[in-house]
Amino acid sequence: MKRRPPTGRRAMNVVVSLWAAGSALVGIAILFWIIFVVLTRGLGALNLSFFTQLPTPPGVLGGGLINAIAGTLVLTLTATLVAVPLGLLAGVYLAEFSEDSRAADFSRFSANVLMGMPSIIVGVFAYTLVVVPLGNFSGYAGALALAILMLPVITRTTEDMLRLVPNTLRESALALGAPRWRVTLAIVFRAAKAGLITGVLLAVARVSGETAPLLFTALNSPYWFHSLGEPTPNLTVTIFNYAMSPYPDWQQKAWGASLLITAGVLMITLLARFALREKKL
Amino acid sequence: MGGGGKGLWPLAPSPKMIITMKKVVLKAGRAEASPPPLRLVPRAGGQARVSARGDTAFRWLTFACSMFVPLVMLAIGVDLISSSLPALKKFGLGFLFSEDWNPVTQSFGAASSVFGTLVSTLIAMAIAVPLSLAIALFLVELAPPRLSRTAGTMIELLAAIPSIIYGMWGLFVFAPFMANYVQPLLGQTLSFLPLFQGPPLGIGILTAGIILAFMVLPFISAIARDVFQLVPNVVKESAFGLGATTWEVTYKVTIPYGLIGIIGAVFLGLGRALGETMAVTFVIGNAHRISASLFAPGNTIASTLANEFSEATEPLYISSLVALGLVLYLITYLVQVVSQMMLRRMYRAWSVGL
Repeated sequence: MKRRPPTGRRAMNVVVSLWAAGSALVGIAILFWIIFVVLTRGLGALNLSFFTQLPTPPGVLGGGLINAIAGTLVLTLTATLVAVPLGLLAGVYLAEFSEDSRAADFSRFSANVLMGMPSIIVGVFAYTLVVVPLGNFSGYAGALALAILMLPVITRTTEDMLRLVPNTLRESALALGAPRWRVTLAIVFRAAKAGLITGVLLAVARVSGETAPLLFTALNSPYWFHSLGEPTPNLTVTIFNYAMSPYPDWQQKAWGASLLITAGVLMITLLARFALREKKL
Repeated sequence: MGGGGKGLWPLAPSPKMIITMKKVVLKAGRAEASPPPLRLVPRAGGQARVSARGDTAFRWLTFACSMFVPLVMLAIGVDLISSSLPALKKFGLGFLFSEDWNPVTQSFGAASSVFGTLVSTLIAMAIAVPLSLAIALFLVELAPPRLSRTAGTMIELLAAIPSIIYGMWGLFVFAPFMANYVQPLLGQTLSFLPLFQGPPLGIGILTAGIILAFMVLPFISAIARDVFQLVPNVVKESAFGLGATTWEVTYKVTIPYGLIGIIGAVFLGLGRALGETMAVTFVIGNAHRISASLFAPGNTIASTLANEFSEATEPLYISSLVALGLVLYLITYLVQVVSQMMLRRMYRAWSVGL
């Protein structure tokens, strides 16, 4: 058999393959570049006082970000406590009861749109809803914005995960006389546990690094907060303020906070993936 | 019919993965592929009546929760409209076209912010689309499975890095890199174009656009990867069997076959890029100005909100900022609707939606 010379086509193929491999390399290189920068610049800022002391006024060296660390944890936790029950139950309706009704379709569609909604818009919403009527910036507004961002992620993953649970399991439980709500909460939830945890972790990872929705809701503060009813210090807005400041000491603190946030978010994300793979595949 | 979680968030389990998981679970459960949904039929007798009542309550509770998300979405729209009314009344449609943004004279216009948003997004998409399609091609067709999995995870992790970290890196590392190496090069070679004239500051619309490209890249490539993977092997193999190269199969078979999905992916990335806030705020320079040069500082809707919202005190100023937010809400809403329609059609047509 005589072959036609395929040099042009083959050359094109090689070019495209190289381009494809190169693109992947660029993406991975960016990831490592960012991680490398955050690590090298952030490690120098982390010391005992970073984790134990309050911020100092500009120009005074030392101090730490204990209030912002605590603030970020409290804000994220509050948002999680609000969004998780709501999101789980919403997912239950979509997966177990909706029978693909119009309302369920609209709910799904809205969740998808809300997931792509810029987080700063959600911040504006929380501002006009909470900050304006109450008359001051507050942690409640910030937690609300974060909860709104978490809700669609949890709802959609819950639905997807519950749909994976085989119907025979539900049928067996129902045949034993268990009411539907018990079947869902005790049997279906248990079967889908790993998936549900993944959904919650992904949602937490998503909001714990968010800055935009906190800028004009929780705001920031250099002091301790006594309740969420006042401006609440948090790491991400602190990074923004400190990075834009002219003080090298503050900029270094911003890098330390960046390292903390990046490490936290990446670890939660990897944990979420691990939880899913471990159980199901 | 869920449409798969992957369409929305690169880190969520992909339809492919869900299918595999479904198979595993189904095999374990020995269930039918998809039996009809169950209904609880209440039986006679006290016990059953109680449980039926409990079930009705539970059903309504979950229904109420599931209506929360659409409610929030609509509430955001209504709220933005009502809060921006003072500004819209004062400036009318001219708000969109006025470049003036002056808190002192209380004169506000969205033109420079809208312009910056569109241009930075355009740059981002011009870079991110070819790059992420190539990455998807590499992960699906070229890389050996093990490398593909590792590389794929790393690309997806790009989506996990918070926006503000891109901002820190962008401002302190990437912007100087642009100013020292990339912009002088562009300025020398392409200086006949007004796009690449002006001092290489590092900070500006071009840098913002490039960083945006890196940020939306994982979103587009995650779906493109699904698209490439979900094209039936028979279709691809037929083309390979005719002697086509990998590139020819991709270009002439895979991409046309999955075009709807790819368009959906691009729109999804577009929505992300339009609303991305912190990274852009760090590097775009924040100037209310429309310039021909991509090296010049500018601003976007999101960066204007981030910079000025907490400092605005006058009602008209705040209202104008909310009006900016409304513009962004409407644009991203439209883009999202298009992307959801496309992705839904694709996942439904290929019946991988659950």
